[in-house]
Amino acid sequence: MVVQCSAGCGCNAVLKRPKTNDALCKTCFYWAFETEVHHTIMSTKMFQSGQVVAIGASGGKDSTVLAYILKHLNEKYNYGLKLVLLSIDEGITGYRDDSLESVKRNQEEYNLPLTVLSYKDLYGWTMDDIVKQVGRKNNCTFCGVFRRQALERGAILLNCDVIATGHNADDVAETILMNLLRGDIARLQRCTSHITSSEGSLPRAKPFKYAYEKEIVLYAYFKKLDYFATECVYAPDAYRGHARALVKDLEALRSTSIIDIIHAGEQLAIKDGVKLPKQGVCSACGFVSSNVICKACVLLEGLNRGRPKLAIGKSNKALAEILADRLANTASLSSVQDQF
Amino acid sequence: MEVSLNFSGGAELLFGKIKQHTISLPAEETWSMKKLLNWIKDNLLKERPELFLQGDMVRPGILVLVNNADWELVGQLDYLLQNKDEIVFISTLHGG
Repeated sequence: MVVQCSAGCGCNAVLKRPKTNDALCKTCFYWAFETEVHHTIMSTKMFQSGQVVAIGASGGKDSTVLAYILKHLNEKYNYGLKLVLLSIDEGITGYRDDSLESVKRNQEEYNLPLTVLSYKDLYGWTMDDIVKQVGRKNNCTFCGVFRRQALERGAILLNCDVIATGHNADDVAETILMNLLRGDIARLQRCTSHITSSEGSLPRAKPFKYAYEKEIVLYAYFKKLDYFATECVYAPDAYRGHARALVKDLEALRSTSIIDIIHAGEQLAIKDGVKLPKQGVCSACGFVSSNVICKACVLLEGLNRGRPKLAIGKSNKALAEILADRLANTASLSSVQDQF
Repeated sequence: MEVSLNFSGGAELLFGKIKQHTISLPAEETWSMKKLLNWIKDNLLKERPELFLQGDMVRPGILVLVNNADWELVGQLDYLLQNKDEIVFISTLHGG
């Protein structure tokens, strides 16, 4: 029972593409996959020649394939980009060690410079230390908020112009559903864009926005790319887990569901008059924030005050408390009031 | 009948962290993938079966290859195993 490649090349097919249901051989699959990523990059004008691109590298499947493909496309199509790998070590014993080893192998194989920054370097706390303080219920909040900023801080240190992450079509569909379920309209709007940028922060690009996870994993498998898969030893984000299971169940029933969700998300427009949080910069650290003080700084302040749960849940209350303290010590009262 | 099973992408964590297994199945019976999955559940799966199986199916998000080709090309659960077949299970559900 051998299926021929739909492209008519005469070779045997090795996979059914979820996006199109075509049966393709290895060679035609590589071509289709690489060309689609190239098309995403070109049609959205994702990068400009001469830019330094920080590839957020976790050692997992998505970022490993991303590093490989970006290097390949950069050479093949003369993008003129300087690519660097940037890894974040959360400080979780037994979790990051092996995946960082895999990033180091990528560094050698793809001949790309690598920088590893730890939460300890950036925030003074490892995730292991944070878990000791907050327990296992809210630790993912800390990790997620810190990671988002960590990549940015690292990329600025390395004088990069843009950050590229391995977020794939499945991730984007999952995030659209999550934002919809939470009624988070501002994020629902933002999460579908191929590149997000706001003033004072580095743009973040998602070259794999339309690439299915199945294709990324099979690309890595057939190309024998070396990646590391693991489970975080701390509790996974349960809400995201549900959204993820839903996306996967829908994909099993009808594989175009993922691209359809993204399409729907892209077409959603916020009606006039809806008030959205204003994006500004954090008055404490200067990174992008929709509040006077960013979530990372509020979480950190809570940890450093020995009240780690300060910012969990109603963060406005925590913010008010921290602000009140800060205002007592500052003369620039009026400028902060303007931001409220 | 001898069949090779390989678990990766994090799926091996459910099988005592052992990736490669070679199993012998009674050759006088016919073995569909559906029957193999049940056999795996009863004989190899060490923990959290719900992370590997959902009903009679592998959990969505676990990719299956039969002799290096996507099992969606060969009939998925209805595929009949042959001697020396190589079956690969790759989880995409684990992070990096």
